[in-house]
Amino acid sequence: MAHDTTHQHGSASKRIWTVFGILSVVTIVEVILGIIKPVFLTDTFLLGMRLLNWIFIILTIYKAYYIAWAFMHLEHETKGLRRAIVWTSIFLISYLIFILLTEGGYIYDVYKSGYVAWDF
Amino acid sequence: MEATVVRTGTEGKTWGGGNEPLKASYGKMMMWFFILSDALTFSGFLAAYGFSRFKFIDSWPIADEVFNHFPFLHGVDAPMYYVALMTFILIFSSVTMVLAVDAGHHMKKGKVTTYMFLTIIGGLVFVGSQAWEWKNFISGEYGAVTTKGGNVLQFVDGEGHRVGLADIAVPIAGDRVEHEANNGIWFDEGKDLPTYSLEEVKAGFIQNEDLLIRTQQLTEDGDKTILSREESLLKLNNEAVGTVEGANLVQNEYGSPLFADFFFFITGFHGFHVFSGVIINIIIFFNVIIGTYERRGSYEMVEKVGLYWHFVDLVWVFVFTFFYLV
Repeated sequence: MAHDTTHQHGSASKRIWTVFGILSVVTIVEVILGIIKPVFLTDTFLLGMRLLNWIFIILTIYKAYYIAWAFMHLEHETKGLRRAIVWTSIFLISYLIFILLTEGGYIYDVYKSGYVAWDF
Repeated sequence: MEATVVRTGTEGKTWGGGNEPLKASYGKMMMWFFILSDALTFSGFLAAYGFSRFKFIDSWPIADEVFNHFPFLHGVDAPMYYVALMTFILIFSSVTMVLAVDAGHHMKKGKVTTYMFLTIIGGLVFVGSQAWEWKNFISGEYGAVTTKGGNVLQFVDGEGHRVGLADIAVPIAGDRVEHEANNGIWFDEGKDLPTYSLEEVKAGFIQNEDLLIRTQQLTEDGDKTILSREESLLKLNNEAVGTVEGANLVQNEYGSPLFADFFFFITGFHGFHVFSGVIINIIIFFNVIIGTYERRGSYEMVEKVGLYWHFVDLVWVFVFTFFYLV
Protein backbone atom coordinates (compact mmCIF):
# COMPACT_ATOMS: atom_id res chain seq x y z
CA MET A 1 0.00 0.00 0.00
CA ALA A 2 1.09 3.49 -0.79
CA HIS A 3 1.48 4.73 2.75
CA ASP A 4 3.28 1.59 3.87
CA THR A 5 6.25 2.38 1.70
CA THR A 6 6.46 6.11 2.33
CA HIS A 7 7.93 5.90 5.79
CA GLN A 8 11.45 5.33 4.49
CA HIS A 9 11.82 8.55 2.52
CA GLY A 10 15.37 9.20 1.44
CA SER A 11 16.36 5.57 1.09
CA ALA A 12 13.96 4.70 -1.76
CA SER A 13 15.81 6.51 -4.53
CA LYS A 14 19.16 5.36 -3.19
CA ARG A 15 17.91 1.78 -3.34
CA ILE A 16 16.67 2.32 -6.90
CA TRP A 17 20.05 3.51 -8.12
CA THR A 18 21.84 0.69 -6.32
CA VAL A 19 19.60 -1.84 -8.04
CA PHE A 20 20.15 -0.11 -11.37
CA GLY A 21 23.89 -0.43 -10.78
CA ILE A 22 23.59 -4.14 -10.00
CA LEU A 23 21.43 -4.81 -13.06
CA SER A 24 23.82 -2.90 -15.33
CA VAL A 25 26.90 -4.66 -14.03
CA VAL A 26 25.27 -8.08 -14.38
CA THR A 27 24.18 -7.29 -17.94
CA ILE A 28 27.68 -6.11 -18.85
CA VAL A 29 29.19 -9.28 -17.37
CA GLU A 30 26.72 -11.38 -19.38
CA VAL A 31 27.54 -9.61 -22.61
CA ILE A 32 31.30 -9.85 -22.04
CA LEU A 33 31.03 -13.56 -21.25
CA GLY A 34 28.81 -14.02 -24.31
CA ILE A 35 31.34 -12.36 -26.58
CA ILE A 36 34.60 -13.90 -25.35
CA LYS A 37 33.06 -17.27 -24.40
CA PRO A 38 35.89 -18.53 -22.15
CA VAL A 39 36.92 -22.03 -23.24
CA PHE A 40 36.98 -23.52 -19.74
CA LEU A 41 33.36 -22.40 -19.26
CA THR A 42 32.10 -23.72 -22.58
CA ASP A 43 33.93 -27.05 -22.27
CA THR A 44 32.90 -27.81 -18.72
CA PHE A 45 29.58 -29.55 -18.43
CA LEU A 46 27.41 -29.59 -15.32
CA LEU A 47 24.27 -31.73 -15.32
CA GLY A 48 24.31 -31.94 -19.11
CA MET A 49 24.62 -28.21 -19.70
CA ARG A 50 27.63 -26.02 -20.38
CA LEU A 51 28.85 -24.12 -17.32
CA LEU A 52 28.55 -20.87 -19.28
CA ASN A 53 24.84 -21.45 -19.83
CA TRP A 54 24.38 -22.16 -16.13
CA ILE A 55 26.05 -18.86 -15.37
CA PHE A 56 23.78 -17.03 -17.81
CA ILE A 57 20.65 -18.58 -16.33
CA ILE A 58 21.68 -17.94 -12.73
CA LEU A 59 22.58 -14.33 -13.52
CA THR A 60 19.20 -13.92 -15.23
CA ILE A 61 17.35 -15.19 -12.19
CA TYR A 62 19.51 -12.89 -10.06
CA LYS A 63 18.41 -9.95 -12.22
CA ALA A 64 14.78 -11.09 -12.13
CA TYR A 65 14.97 -11.19 -8.33
CA TYR A 66 16.10 -7.56 -8.16
CA ILE A 67 13.50 -6.38 -10.67
CA ALA A 68 10.70 -8.16 -8.82
CA TRP A 69 11.85 -7.27 -5.32
CA ALA A 70 13.01 -3.68 -5.73
CA PHE A 71 11.19 -2.36 -8.80
CA MET A 72 7.94 -4.25 -8.39
CA HIS A 73 7.99 -3.63 -4.63
CA LEU A 74 7.64 -7.27 -3.68
CA GLU A 75 10.00 -6.68 -0.77
CA HIS A 76 7.40 -4.37 0.78
CA GLU A 77 4.40 -6.62 0.18
CA THR A 78 3.14 -9.09 2.74
CA LYS A 79 4.66 -12.52 2.90
CA GLY A 80 1.41 -14.11 1.74
CA LEU A 81 1.17 -12.08 -1.45
CA ARG A 82 4.86 -12.54 -2.19
CA ARG A 83 4.71 -16.30 -1.77
CA ALA A 84 1.50 -16.61 -3.75
CA ILE A 85 3.18 -14.88 -6.69
CA VAL A 86 6.67 -16.34 -6.51
CA TRP A 87 5.99 -19.97 -5.65
CA THR A 88 3.05 -20.33 -8.03
CA SER A 89 5.12 -19.16 -10.96
CA ILE A 90 8.27 -21.03 -9.95
CA PHE A 91 6.41 -24.31 -9.54
CA LEU A 92 4.37 -24.10 -12.76
CA ILE A 93 7.21 -22.79 -14.90
CA SER A 94 9.75 -25.34 -13.67
CA TYR A 95 7.28 -28.13 -14.39
CA LEU A 96 6.56 -26.81 -17.87
CA ILE A 97 10.25 -26.44 -18.67
CA PHE A 98 11.09 -29.88 -17.31
CA ILE A 99 8.41 -31.65 -19.29
CA LEU A 100 9.00 -29.83 -22.58
CA LEU A 101 12.78 -30.09 -22.51
CA THR A 102 12.60 -33.79 -21.68
CA GLU A 103 10.24 -34.32 -24.59
CA GLY A 104 12.44 -32.26 -26.91
CA GLY A 105 15.48 -34.34 -25.96
CA TYR A 106 13.53 -37.53 -26.59
CA ILE A 107 12.47 -36.41 -30.08
CA TYR A 108 16.09 -35.52 -30.82
CA ASP A 109 17.08 -39.08 -29.95
CA VAL A 110 14.34 -40.51 -32.16
CA TYR A 111 15.50 -38.38 -35.10
CA LYS A 112 19.12 -39.30 -34.50
CA SER A 113 18.99 -43.01 -33.78
CA GLY A 114 15.45 -44.12 -34.49
CA TYR A 115 13.89 -45.19 -37.74
CA VAL A 116 12.65 -41.78 -38.77
CA ALA A 117 14.38 -40.25 -41.77
CA TRP A 118 13.86 -36.52 -41.86
CA ASP A 119 16.78 -35.24 -43.91
CA PHE A 120 16.76 -36.88 -47.33
CA MET B 1 -25.35 7.24 -2.21
CA GLU B 2 -25.88 6.45 1.46
CA ALA B 3 -29.33 5.09 0.69
CA THR B 4 -28.07 2.43 -1.68
CA VAL B 5 -25.58 0.93 0.74
CA VAL B 6 -26.87 -2.29 2.19
CA ARG B 7 -25.80 -2.78 5.76
CA THR B 8 -25.17 -6.39 6.63
CA GLY B 9 -24.15 -5.93 10.20
CA THR B 10 -20.88 -7.70 9.51
CA GLU B 11 -18.69 -4.64 9.01
CA GLY B 12 -15.30 -5.07 10.53
CA LYS B 13 -15.72 -8.82 10.78
CA THR B 14 -13.41 -11.18 8.89
CA TRP B 15 -15.90 -12.08 6.17
CA GLY B 16 -17.68 -8.74 6.21
CA GLY B 17 -15.97 -7.49 3.09
CA GLY B 18 -13.46 -4.73 2.62
CA ASN B 19 -10.77 -6.79 4.29
CA GLU B 20 -7.27 -6.58 2.89
CA PRO B 21 -5.42 -9.53 4.38
CA LEU B 22 -2.59 -9.09 1.87
CA LYS B 23 -2.49 -5.32 2.48
CA ALA B 24 -2.71 -4.63 -1.24
CA SER B 25 -5.53 -2.74 -2.91
CA TYR B 26 -7.92 -4.47 -5.27
CA GLY B 27 -6.35 -2.85 -8.34
CA LYS B 28 -2.87 -3.92 -7.42
CA MET B 29 -3.98 -7.46 -6.68
CA MET B 30 -5.65 -7.69 -10.06
CA MET B 31 -2.53 -6.36 -11.74
CA TRP B 32 -0.57 -9.13 -10.03
CA PHE B 33 -3.10 -11.70 -11.17
CA PHE B 34 -2.67 -10.48 -14.72
CA ILE B 35 1.11 -10.40 -14.47
CA LEU B 36 1.26 -13.93 -13.13
CA SER B 37 -0.94 -15.29 -15.92
CA ASP B 38 1.01 -13.33 -18.50
CA ALA B 39 4.24 -14.70 -17.05
CA LEU B 40 2.88 -18.19 -17.65
CA THR B 41 2.05 -17.28 -21.26
CA PHE B 42 5.57 -16.07 -21.85
CA SER B 43 7.11 -19.07 -20.15
CA GLY B 44 4.93 -21.23 -22.41
CA PHE B 45 6.50 -19.52 -25.42
CA LEU B 46 10.03 -19.75 -24.07
CA ALA B 47 9.61 -23.38 -23.01
CA ALA B 48 8.27 -24.19 -26.48
CA TYR B 49 11.35 -22.50 -27.89
CA GLY B 50 13.47 -24.70 -25.61
CA PHE B 51 11.54 -27.75 -26.80
CA SER B 52 12.26 -27.01 -30.47
CA ARG B 53 15.83 -26.19 -29.72
CA PHE B 54 16.37 -29.45 -27.85
CA LYS B 55 14.75 -31.23 -30.77
CA PHE B 56 17.39 -29.78 -33.11
CA ILE B 57 20.10 -29.34 -30.49
CA ASP B 58 22.96 -30.15 -32.88
CA SER B 59 21.82 -27.93 -35.75
CA TRP B 60 20.30 -24.82 -34.14
CA PRO B 61 21.40 -21.42 -35.53
CA ILE B 62 24.06 -19.55 -33.55
CA ALA B 63 22.51 -16.30 -32.31
CA ASP B 64 25.84 -14.43 -32.40
CA GLU B 65 25.98 -14.93 -36.15
CA VAL B 66 22.38 -13.91 -36.70
CA PHE B 67 22.15 -10.74 -34.62
CA ASN B 68 25.44 -9.03 -35.28
CA HIS B 69 24.40 -5.65 -36.62
CA PHE B 70 24.91 -2.26 -35.04
CA PRO B 71 23.58 1.02 -36.43
CA PHE B 72 26.09 2.91 -38.62
CA LEU B 73 28.60 0.05 -38.43
CA HIS B 74 28.01 -1.67 -41.73
CA GLY B 75 29.82 -4.91 -42.29
CA VAL B 76 31.26 -4.88 -38.79
CA ASP B 77 30.67 -8.06 -36.85
CA ALA B 78 29.11 -6.77 -33.62
CA PRO B 79 27.44 -9.73 -31.93
CA MET B 80 24.98 -8.78 -29.18
CA TYR B 81 26.14 -5.19 -28.73
CA TYR B 82 22.89 -3.81 -30.03
CA VAL B 83 20.66 -6.12 -28.05
CA ALA B 84 22.69 -5.31 -24.94
CA LEU B 85 22.05 -1.64 -25.62
CA MET B 86 18.33 -2.37 -26.00
CA THR B 87 18.41 -4.18 -22.65
CA PHE B 88 20.00 -1.13 -21.07
CA ILE B 89 17.39 1.18 -22.54
CA LEU B 90 14.60 -0.99 -21.14
CA ILE B 91 16.22 -1.36 -17.72
CA PHE B 92 16.75 2.38 -17.61
CA SER B 93 13.14 3.07 -18.51
CA SER B 94 12.25 0.74 -15.65
CA VAL B 95 14.38 2.89 -13.37
CA THR B 96 12.64 6.10 -14.45
CA MET B 97 9.30 4.34 -13.95
CA VAL B 98 10.14 3.33 -10.40
CA LEU B 99 11.39 6.88 -9.75
CA ALA B 100 8.01 8.15 -10.98
CA VAL B 101 6.26 5.76 -8.57
CA ASP B 102 8.51 6.97 -5.77
CA ALA B 103 7.79 10.62 -6.60
CA GLY B 104 4.10 9.73 -6.59
CA HIS B 105 4.41 8.47 -3.03
CA HIS B 106 5.65 11.91 -2.07
CA MET B 107 2.89 13.59 -4.14
CA LYS B 108 5.39 15.45 -6.33
CA LYS B 109 3.43 16.01 -9.52
CA GLY B 110 6.26 17.67 -11.45
CA LYS B 111 8.69 14.85 -10.82
CA VAL B 112 6.13 12.18 -11.70
CA THR B 113 5.49 13.98 -15.00
CA THR B 114 9.18 14.14 -15.90
CA TYR B 115 9.90 10.53 -15.03
CA MET B 116 6.80 9.25 -16.81
CA PHE B 117 7.86 11.17 -19.90
CA LEU B 118 11.34 9.62 -19.81
CA THR B 119 9.80 6.17 -19.40
CA ILE B 120 7.64 6.69 -22.48
CA ILE B 121 10.66 7.82 -24.50
CA GLY B 122 12.63 4.77 -23.37
CA GLY B 123 9.78 2.49 -24.37
CA LEU B 124 9.51 4.07 -27.81
CA VAL B 125 13.26 3.79 -28.40
CA PHE B 126 13.09 0.12 -27.44
CA VAL B 127 10.20 -0.66 -29.79
CA GLY B 128 12.01 1.18 -32.57
CA SER B 129 15.17 -0.83 -31.93
CA GLN B 130 13.21 -4.03 -32.08
CA ALA B 131 11.74 -2.99 -35.42
CA TRP B 132 15.28 -2.46 -36.67
CA GLU B 133 16.32 -5.91 -35.47
CA TRP B 134 13.38 -7.41 -37.28
CA LYS B 135 14.28 -5.54 -40.46
CA ASN B 136 17.84 -6.94 -40.39
CA PHE B 137 16.61 -10.42 -39.67
CA ILE B 138 13.95 -10.36 -42.40
CA SER B 139 16.24 -9.00 -45.10
CA GLY B 140 19.10 -11.31 -44.15
CA GLU B 141 22.74 -10.88 -44.94
CA TYR B 142 24.44 -13.58 -47.00
CA GLY B 143 21.68 -15.78 -48.32
CA ALA B 144 21.79 -19.57 -48.50
CA VAL B 145 20.76 -22.57 -50.57
CA THR B 146 17.84 -24.70 -49.40
CA THR B 147 17.90 -28.49 -49.59
CA LYS B 148 15.35 -31.24 -50.18
CA GLY B 149 15.34 -32.07 -46.48
CA GLY B 150 14.38 -28.51 -45.57
CA ASN B 151 17.83 -27.49 -44.39
CA VAL B 152 20.05 -24.68 -45.60
CA LEU B 153 23.59 -24.72 -46.95
CA GLN B 154 25.70 -21.63 -46.43
CA PHE B 155 28.91 -20.66 -48.22
CA VAL B 156 32.33 -19.88 -46.82
CA ASP B 157 35.70 -19.16 -48.38
CA GLY B 158 38.95 -20.99 -47.60
CA GLU B 159 39.47 -19.04 -44.35
CA GLY B 160 35.99 -19.84 -43.10
CA HIS B 161 34.56 -16.36 -43.72
CA ARG B 162 30.97 -16.25 -44.91
CA VAL B 163 30.35 -15.51 -48.58
CA GLY B 164 27.06 -14.13 -49.79
CA LEU B 165 25.05 -15.37 -52.76
CA ALA B 166 25.65 -12.01 -54.44
CA ASP B 167 29.39 -12.72 -54.59
CA ILE B 168 28.98 -16.27 -55.87
CA ALA B 169 26.23 -16.18 -58.47
CA VAL B 170 27.19 -15.66 -62.11
CA PRO B 171 24.34 -14.27 -64.21
CA ILE B 172 22.86 -16.75 -66.68
CA ALA B 173 20.93 -15.31 -69.60
CA GLY B 174 17.59 -16.75 -70.67
CA ASP B 175 16.36 -17.63 -67.24
CA ARG B 176 12.70 -17.54 -66.42
CA VAL B 177 11.22 -14.06 -66.29
CA GLU B 178 8.77 -13.08 -63.62
CA HIS B 179 5.24 -13.82 -64.74
CA GLU B 180 2.87 -11.01 -63.94
CA ALA B 181 -0.83 -10.36 -64.22
CA ASN B 182 -0.44 -7.82 -67.02
CA ASN B 183 1.04 -10.32 -69.49
CA GLY B 184 -1.15 -13.36 -69.01
CA ILE B 185 -4.86 -13.81 -69.55
CA TRP B 186 -5.22 -16.77 -67.22
CA PHE B 187 -2.79 -15.39 -64.67
CA ASP B 188 -3.71 -16.40 -61.17
CA GLU B 189 -0.52 -16.11 -59.22
CA GLY B 190 3.16 -16.64 -59.91
CA LYS B 191 6.05 -17.57 -57.70
CA ASP B 192 8.38 -14.67 -57.00
CA LEU B 193 11.71 -15.05 -58.71
CA PRO B 194 14.65 -15.22 -56.33
CA THR B 195 17.38 -12.62 -56.76
CA TYR B 196 19.77 -15.40 -57.68
CA SER B 197 18.59 -18.69 -59.11
CA LEU B 198 20.02 -21.99 -57.98
CA GLU B 199 21.66 -22.52 -61.38
CA GLU B 200 23.49 -19.20 -61.13
CA VAL B 201 24.75 -20.05 -57.66
CA LYS B 202 25.80 -23.55 -58.75
CA ALA B 203 27.68 -22.20 -61.77
CA GLY B 204 29.46 -19.66 -59.62
CA PHE B 205 30.33 -22.26 -57.01
CA ILE B 206 31.91 -24.57 -59.59
CA GLN B 207 33.96 -21.69 -61.05
CA ASN B 208 35.40 -20.55 -57.74
CA GLU B 209 37.62 -23.36 -56.40
CA ASP B 210 38.03 -21.58 -53.07
CA LEU B 211 34.41 -21.88 -51.95
CA LEU B 212 33.16 -24.44 -49.46
CA ILE B 213 29.78 -25.32 -48.01
CA ARG B 214 28.84 -24.90 -44.38
CA THR B 215 26.00 -27.08 -43.11
CA GLN B 216 23.65 -26.51 -40.19
CA GLN B 217 25.27 -29.32 -38.24
CA LEU B 218 27.18 -28.16 -35.15
CA THR B 219 30.58 -29.61 -34.32
CA GLU B 220 31.55 -30.57 -30.78
CA ASP B 221 33.01 -27.12 -30.24
CA GLY B 222 29.68 -25.55 -31.13
CA ASP B 223 30.74 -24.29 -34.56
CA LYS B 224 29.04 -25.08 -37.85
CA THR B 225 30.48 -27.96 -39.89
CA ILE B 226 32.44 -26.97 -43.00
CA LEU B 227 32.58 -29.60 -45.73
CA SER B 228 35.55 -30.35 -47.96
CA ARG B 229 35.46 -29.19 -51.59
CA GLU B 230 34.41 -32.62 -52.92
CA GLU B 231 31.70 -33.08 -50.28
CA SER B 232 30.51 -29.55 -50.96
CA LEU B 233 30.11 -30.16 -54.69
CA LEU B 234 28.36 -33.46 -54.04
CA LYS B 235 25.97 -31.93 -51.55
CA LEU B 236 25.17 -28.94 -53.76
CA ASN B 237 24.49 -31.13 -56.80
CA ASN B 238 22.44 -33.75 -54.99
CA GLU B 239 20.43 -31.87 -52.42
CA ALA B 240 20.03 -28.22 -53.36
CA VAL B 241 16.57 -27.18 -54.49
CA GLY B 242 16.49 -23.40 -54.26
CA THR B 243 17.90 -20.24 -52.76
CA VAL B 244 16.75 -18.24 -49.78
CA GLU B 245 17.55 -14.71 -48.65
CA GLY B 246 16.57 -13.49 -45.22
CA ALA B 247 14.02 -15.04 -42.93
CA ASN B 248 10.27 -15.33 -42.73
CA LEU B 249 7.81 -17.77 -41.20
CA VAL B 250 8.51 -20.39 -43.89
CA GLN B 251 12.17 -20.03 -44.76
CA ASN B 252 15.23 -18.93 -42.86
CA GLU B 253 18.65 -18.41 -44.36
CA TYR B 254 20.24 -18.80 -40.92
CA GLY B 255 19.04 -22.36 -40.36
CA SER B 256 15.92 -23.95 -38.92
CA PRO B 257 12.74 -22.03 -39.86
CA LEU B 258 11.55 -22.73 -36.30
CA PHE B 259 14.21 -20.33 -35.07
CA ALA B 260 12.66 -17.56 -37.17
CA ASP B 261 9.13 -18.51 -36.11
CA PHE B 262 9.96 -18.32 -32.45
CA PHE B 263 11.95 -15.15 -32.92
CA PHE B 264 9.00 -13.45 -34.56
CA PHE B 265 6.49 -14.81 -32.05
CA ILE B 266 8.37 -14.20 -28.83
CA THR B 267 9.99 -10.85 -29.60
CA GLY B 268 6.80 -9.83 -31.39
CA PHE B 269 4.63 -10.71 -28.41
CA HIS B 270 7.05 -8.93 -26.13
CA GLY B 271 7.21 -5.92 -28.47
CA PHE B 272 3.42 -5.81 -28.44
CA HIS B 273 3.55 -5.68 -24.64
CA VAL B 274 6.04 -2.82 -24.77
CA PHE B 275 3.85 -1.04 -27.29
CA SER B 276 0.70 -1.39 -25.18
CA GLY B 277 2.76 -0.41 -22.12
CA VAL B 278 3.75 2.80 -23.90
CA ILE B 279 0.11 3.52 -24.77
CA ILE B 280 -1.00 2.93 -21.17
CA ASN B 281 1.90 5.06 -19.91
CA ILE B 282 0.85 7.88 -22.23
CA ILE B 283 -2.70 7.76 -20.88
CA ILE B 284 -1.46 7.85 -17.29
CA PHE B 285 1.03 10.58 -18.23
CA PHE B 286 -1.78 12.85 -19.39
CA ASN B 287 -3.83 11.98 -16.33
CA VAL B 288 -0.89 13.08 -14.21
CA ILE B 289 -0.61 16.34 -16.15
CA ILE B 290 -4.28 17.25 -15.80
CA GLY B 291 -4.01 16.50 -12.10
CA THR B 292 -6.37 13.53 -11.82
CA TYR B 293 -4.25 11.79 -9.21
CA GLU B 294 -3.47 15.01 -7.39
CA ARG B 295 -7.22 15.41 -6.82
CA ARG B 296 -7.62 11.75 -5.98
CA GLY B 297 -4.95 12.16 -3.35
CA SER B 298 -3.01 9.10 -4.43
CA TYR B 299 -0.73 8.15 -7.30
CA GLU B 300 -1.51 4.46 -7.00
CA MET B 301 -2.47 4.30 -10.68
CA VAL B 302 1.13 5.14 -11.57
CA GLU B 303 2.19 2.28 -9.32
CA LYS B 304 -0.10 -0.15 -11.14
CA VAL B 305 1.11 0.71 -14.63
CA GLY B 306 4.59 0.67 -13.12
CA LEU B 307 4.07 -2.96 -12.16
CA TYR B 308 3.13 -3.77 -15.75
CA TRP B 309 6.10 -1.86 -17.12
CA HIS B 310 8.55 -3.67 -14.83
CA PHE B 311 7.02 -6.94 -15.84
CA VAL B 312 7.76 -6.15 -19.50
CA ASP B 313 11.35 -5.49 -18.47
CA LEU B 314 11.43 -8.73 -16.48
CA VAL B 315 10.27 -10.71 -19.51
CA TRP B 316 12.91 -9.07 -21.68
CA VAL B 317 15.63 -10.16 -19.27
CA PHE B 318 14.59 -13.76 -19.92
CA VAL B 319 14.12 -13.33 -23.66
CA PHE B 320 17.59 -11.78 -23.82
CA THR B 321 19.13 -14.75 -22.05
CA PHE B 322 17.36 -17.53 -23.89
CA PHE B 323 17.40 -16.01 -27.36
CA TYR B 324 20.73 -14.26 -27.48
CA LEU B 325 23.02 -15.66 -24.79
CA VAL B 326 22.40 -19.32 -24.12
